Amino acid sequence: MRHVAIVGAGLAGFSVARRLRELDYTGAITLFGDEGALPYDRPPLSKGSLKASVDASGATLRPSEFFEENQIALRPSEPVLGIDTTARTLQLRGEAFAFDALVLATGATPRALPNAIIRGLHGVHGLRTLADAQRISQAFGTAQHALIVGGGYIGLEVAAAAAGRGLRVTLIEAGPRILGRVAGPPTADAIRAAHKRKGVDIREGVGLSAFVGTDQVKGAILSDGAHVAADCVIVGIGIDPNVTLAKSAGLATENGILVDPTCQTSQPGIWAAGDCAAFPMADQITRLESVGNAIEMGEVVAANIMGQSRPYAPTAWFWSDQFDLKLQMVGLSPGYDRIVTRPGVNPDAISHWYYAGERLLSVDIINEPKTYIIAKRLIETGKSPPPAQIADQSVNLKVLLKS
Amino acid sequence: MSSNWVLACAANDVDEEDVLGVELNGQKLAVYNTPKGFFATDGICTHEVAQLEDGLVIGTVIECPLHQGRFDVTNGKALSAPVCVDLKTYPTKVEDGDVYIDVPA
Repeated sequence: MRHVAIVGAGLAGFSVARRLRELDYTGAITLFGDEGALPYDRPPLSKGSLKASVDASGATLRPSEFFEENQIALRPSEPVLGIDTTARTLQLRGEAFAFDALVLATGATPRALPNAIIRGLHGVHGLRTLADAQRISQAFGTAQHALIVGGGYIGLEVAAAAAGRGLRVTLIEAGPRILGRVAGPPTADAIRAAHKRKGVDIREGVGLSAFVGTDQVKGAILSDGAHVAADCVIVGIGIDPNVTLAKSAGLATENGILVDPTCQTSQPGIWAAGDCAAFPMADQITRLESVGNAIEMGEVVAANIMGQSRPYAPTAWFWSDQFDLKLQMVGLSPGYDRIVTRPGVNPDAISHWYYAGERLLSVDIINEPKTYIIAKRLIETGKSPPPAQIADQSVNLKVLLKS
Repeated sequence: MSSNWVLACAANDVDEEDVLGVELNGQKLAVYNTPKGFFATDGICTHEVAQLEDGLVIGTVIECPLHQGRFDVTNGKALSAPVCVDLKTYPTKVEDGDVYIDVPA
């Protein structure tokens, strides 16, 4: 292997490059990005970066010296236009770039509202990049009333940030409840209650019919006929994987770039990692949109480029920070038939444990990192403690880990 | 430079393969009881503000309870993403069943 090309300079692409060097790969590595910046950390963009006091210059994953020392050629403003899978070259603006192995870490794009609704209005934002976060943070400085469309993590985190900046905040979720896709009902209840306490007006089962305003957005008409004022709108209704490049090169795609258990695409020697990659997990094709997936899948791709044939079998984990709530989740809950509640040591802490029969599937933890780290280890090692022990606050979780 | 040994805790305050948070001279530190002996590091993760005392010790590695950064507690080395800054470590010694840490005065 003489030359690994990585398309996408986010966390997944970066993780491939870093791990290749840790595995003593001595060939060339080129990391192509199109945001014109060093690879940076995205989670703060919907959290700390939106606070007034924060200089939204972003948190780079590593300083530029790291890339020099590790001989990772970073081309941060180089969109990749095509892949020739026969010649094994990337088509760049002015050249064909030869690779021996290729990694697609192309990420995802926030879903946009239909043009018929947006109508080119100013003041409607999506959030994915540092530039997006800077625009939103700036808008929060002058806006009075934020409307957040979408009650997933991005929407709720941005709602919390907006409320923290003193804006009036309305959040609408078209589904029956917030966090419908990503957290269980009791956790959603706790998050909803926290937002209510801080004055966020959450409306569930309510969609967006139209915006009010001619040049600048001034408000919205909701699907239940209600009118809300809004001079700043943030849309967080999910992301779509960036598959155009893969598709045009003839790679198999299906809600993401399809990969086998070793993260290889339908073309040998071409791999995919992170938000854009759809991989087999428990008999289903899955995409995970998370930091953990970007890091760990990137590391598995690096190992497999080095010939290790490692299957990717992740434990899903996520976190979200909203107001003074630190929410952490591990595992995936679909298929659960009961929820076991474990009170926390402090009154603001609680965890919910999702079981299918006697099998532990996932855990949502609020404000108790110590419980999270043990729950994660339990799930990673396939342990399912008896629910009665979980519900008993006097049982030390660490003991369950060792049993 | 002269040492400044400060009593941190009793050795049996920290379970085997576990961590205890202590505050010495106004500094938050973490004391680890590992198969290779006692070690001490800064108590806050270098990535985001997280208390390492809530983390999980396996062998001589502490896993941060927030975002799964891992550090080797014997030398403070950051082992895995997302962390990239090493943890500061402090010399320790055990005398008469007590753990002492050499912290700057």
